[in-house]
Amino acid sequence: MFTYSFLQHYWWFIISLLGGILTFLLFVQGGQSMLFSLTKNEDERRILINVLGRKWEYTFTTLVTFGGAFFASFPLFYSTSFGGAYWVWMAILFCFIIQAVSYEFHSKPGNTYGKTTYQVFLFINGLLGTILIGAAVATFFTGSDFIVNKGNLTNQLAPVISQWGNEWHGLEALLNVRNWLLGLAVFFLSRTSAALYFVNRISNENLEKQSRKAVLVNALPFLVFFLSFVIWTLLAEGFAINPETGVVFMEKYKYFFNLIEMPAVLVLFLLGVVAVLWGIGGTVFNKNFKKGIWFTGVGTIVTVCSLLLLAGYNNTSYYPATPDLQSSLTIFNSSSSEFTLTAMTIVSVLIPFVLAYIFYAWRSMEKNRTDIADINSDDHAY
Amino acid sequence: MELLDVSLVNWSRAQFTLTAMYHWIFVPLTLGLGIIQAIMETIYYRTGDEKWKHVTKFWMTLFGVNFAIGVATGIILEFQFGTNWSNYSWFVGDIFGAPLAIEGILAFFMEATFISIMFFGWNKVSKKFHLVSTWLTILGATLSAFWILVANAWMQHPVGMEFNPDTVRNEMVSFWEILSPFALNKFLHTVWSSWIVASLFVLGVSAWFLIKKRDIDFAKKSIKVAAIFGLTASILTALSGDGSAYNVAQHQPMKLAAMEGLYDGQNGAELVAFGVLSSDKKAYNDSVDPFAFKIAFPKALSLLAYRDINAFVPGVNDIIKGGYESKTGDKLSFTEKQARGKVALQALNDYKKALAEKDTVSAASHKSTLMANYNYFGYGYLETPEETIPNVPSIFYSFHLMVILGMFFIALFSVFTFMSFKKNIILEKQNLFLWIALLSIPLGYVASQLGWIVAELGRQPWTIQDVLPLKASVSGLSVMSVKITLFLFLTLFTALLVAEVRILVKQIGKGPHEESK
Repeated sequence: MFTYSFLQHYWWFIISLLGGILTFLLFVQGGQSMLFSLTKNEDERRILINVLGRKWEYTFTTLVTFGGAFFASFPLFYSTSFGGAYWVWMAILFCFIIQAVSYEFHSKPGNTYGKTTYQVFLFINGLLGTILIGAAVATFFTGSDFIVNKGNLTNQLAPVISQWGNEWHGLEALLNVRNWLLGLAVFFLSRTSAALYFVNRISNENLEKQSRKAVLVNALPFLVFFLSFVIWTLLAEGFAINPETGVVFMEKYKYFFNLIEMPAVLVLFLLGVVAVLWGIGGTVFNKNFKKGIWFTGVGTIVTVCSLLLLAGYNNTSYYPATPDLQSSLTIFNSSSSEFTLTAMTIVSVLIPFVLAYIFYAWRSMEKNRTDIADINSDDHAY
Repeated sequence: MELLDVSLVNWSRAQFTLTAMYHWIFVPLTLGLGIIQAIMETIYYRTGDEKWKHVTKFWMTLFGVNFAIGVATGIILEFQFGTNWSNYSWFVGDIFGAPLAIEGILAFFMEATFISIMFFGWNKVSKKFHLVSTWLTILGATLSAFWILVANAWMQHPVGMEFNPDTVRNEMVSFWEILSPFALNKFLHTVWSSWIVASLFVLGVSAWFLIKKRDIDFAKKSIKVAAIFGLTASILTALSGDGSAYNVAQHQPMKLAAMEGLYDGQNGAELVAFGVLSSDKKAYNDSVDPFAFKIAFPKALSLLAYRDINAFVPGVNDIIKGGYESKTGDKLSFTEKQARGKVALQALNDYKKALAEKDTVSAASHKSTLMANYNYFGYGYLETPEETIPNVPSIFYSFHLMVILGMFFIALFSVFTFMSFKKNIILEKQNLFLWIALLSIPLGYVASQLGWIVAELGRQPWTIQDVLPLKASVSGLSVMSVKITLFLFLTLFTALLVAEVRILVKQIGKGPHEESK
């Protein structure tokens, strides 16, 4: 019914979409990173924690599903990147482990380490989780230090097929300025989105005022870092694939050409950017505008999705190997078999139903904005 | 290219064991308590009795604390196949990755969505929607267990795939075969045994309230639900346990031999009910009796393993020597399997070389040799027969202790079910049984972990039974890297466990709201 190539493209789209959704949902992390800067007392902190606390599992689950979907659809990426960029992924995982318990534990008697410790955990997750995920994704454009040789499997004394080229196992990505640009862009975007979310959800005059200020204060560096990353990437060399031979080679302005040669992606990218700016601008310039999170949120999903499509579509290597270009991963050489992709495609038909019940549940819980009285009357409040 | 450090394999195993066992402290309580609280909320919904609402909310608070740390310890497992077992992830990821992805899409999102309504929606949504959310939360958790257990079952009994020499990996050819009877039985056994853990928890905590003469009505209501639920779960676990062992006999004979301490097979093999292994036995092929002492039922192992009281059950020596009449049809000795495995490895190597040299005739010949010997591919990595023998004492004692505990649980829940319904028994005065119930809480956890020791240690040296050994499965990392992350996980998880236990104890001490002493 579908060709293998179609299925590979389809699954790279799903991965890109999940990446976009994850980036949007990182507003939870952004909010966590502002726990101390946005609030002036414990009540306000409690409001933020509870408003974020009703959403943290969506981000966590999306991250886990992102990993699982990558494993199922592009297992060579899963094995090469996680097994190779070990320290980056471990750092990300530790950030999220400490987040997972913090909401539930932080105000409970007997939590052993005190409320502040868990709030610091949330802050660490907010700061490092976003920057590291952003930097890790940037390596899709900047490359990583690994070699893949499947023939190693027959060497009984050294059967490992993907080898990382240095002992830093991924941390060396932080020496690349372009990786920092995307990491910081994700960090400031997450804070901007969080502030927009607070404007939408919280019924507290001071918090709303501080949040509107925070939108502007964070949106400006976000735009600087994001635009710097995008412009640099569009002007840089990219990792192109010869469609006939499968050979990977460096091509000038590769990502720029991808954008031009895929007008649908270009349009999506631009619409996404406009939506992000609309959400931010509307909130900054109009005191009555509270729906900014939805424009920025949808815009984020669309923009990030298009960026990732640029990385993997149009004969581009999405996970380039800098010491040996021919070890680079493409959607063609790293994907699961046609059978598995077909089986997973059938499962993916259920995704709209999942989104529908999430939407329904989200709306049923958020009929009114939240204030301290709501939290005090909720016996499961954090 | 660096040579593989054998200690890297062992430290990677240790890390996976540590993280999995920590995760498994919390998951059974989630799986079982999720059902118990849903039953209690259903009773509240149907009767309108507010006391059942308070009962439900009390257990739900404990559920929430436990769930959070279950999630925290679970995320590393999702990614650890990649971080520490990258060769494995490539070699079998085409089959193994799909259940993990489905787990995320179908199960985790259901849990994450409806748990929010369950915790925070009491005053925001209708009673009916809230009840549905409580059930959907545990349905999500159970579905999550289903998919990960399908994946684990496939490691024990790999089916539905074919090796592709061009991509150098196994590829799925049948999705439905993966949902095998082995997988279904494993899922049921694991989930039902989790219900035991939760039932013991509820029973024990409720018993504490009765010992303290507190919240008596709440405690009795909880005991009634826990006793019946626990008894049902214990019986179902025993039945599915038999199914598990039967499957092991068919597909993992070495594991069964280890479970029973069986070195020399027999027709009409006996089942060891209780035994002490001899420390004089140093090698699988010395003639020392493996048992210092045992109580056994004649022919019972043959009956349970093959449903035939005279069937031959192979021991460790038979599996290594080969040549016995096997129900699975595999009579080859270790030496023969190893030889074929090495032929397969060499043939794959030669095939790749021939392709690179564009020698299609040689390539076809090597491919044919490879596929003819592929069933023993994994044996090509092994050097000695000892490598195929898992740690017999650990598996033997784990298995037998787990079964003994299982029988104790049936007895305990039977007694409490009886006492809960017998009108002339005053439960709060049965101090001896209440203390037994309280002290039995950790036994459920112990039995549950022992089951996993049998399942996973019994599969050694394989990550995928007969297909891929551990030494060919690891990532190319330094031993120091793995030691560091293992130490960090140990420290963090232990710290969080301490916090979790203290919070639970405090929450229990607070008691259910609105109840009078």
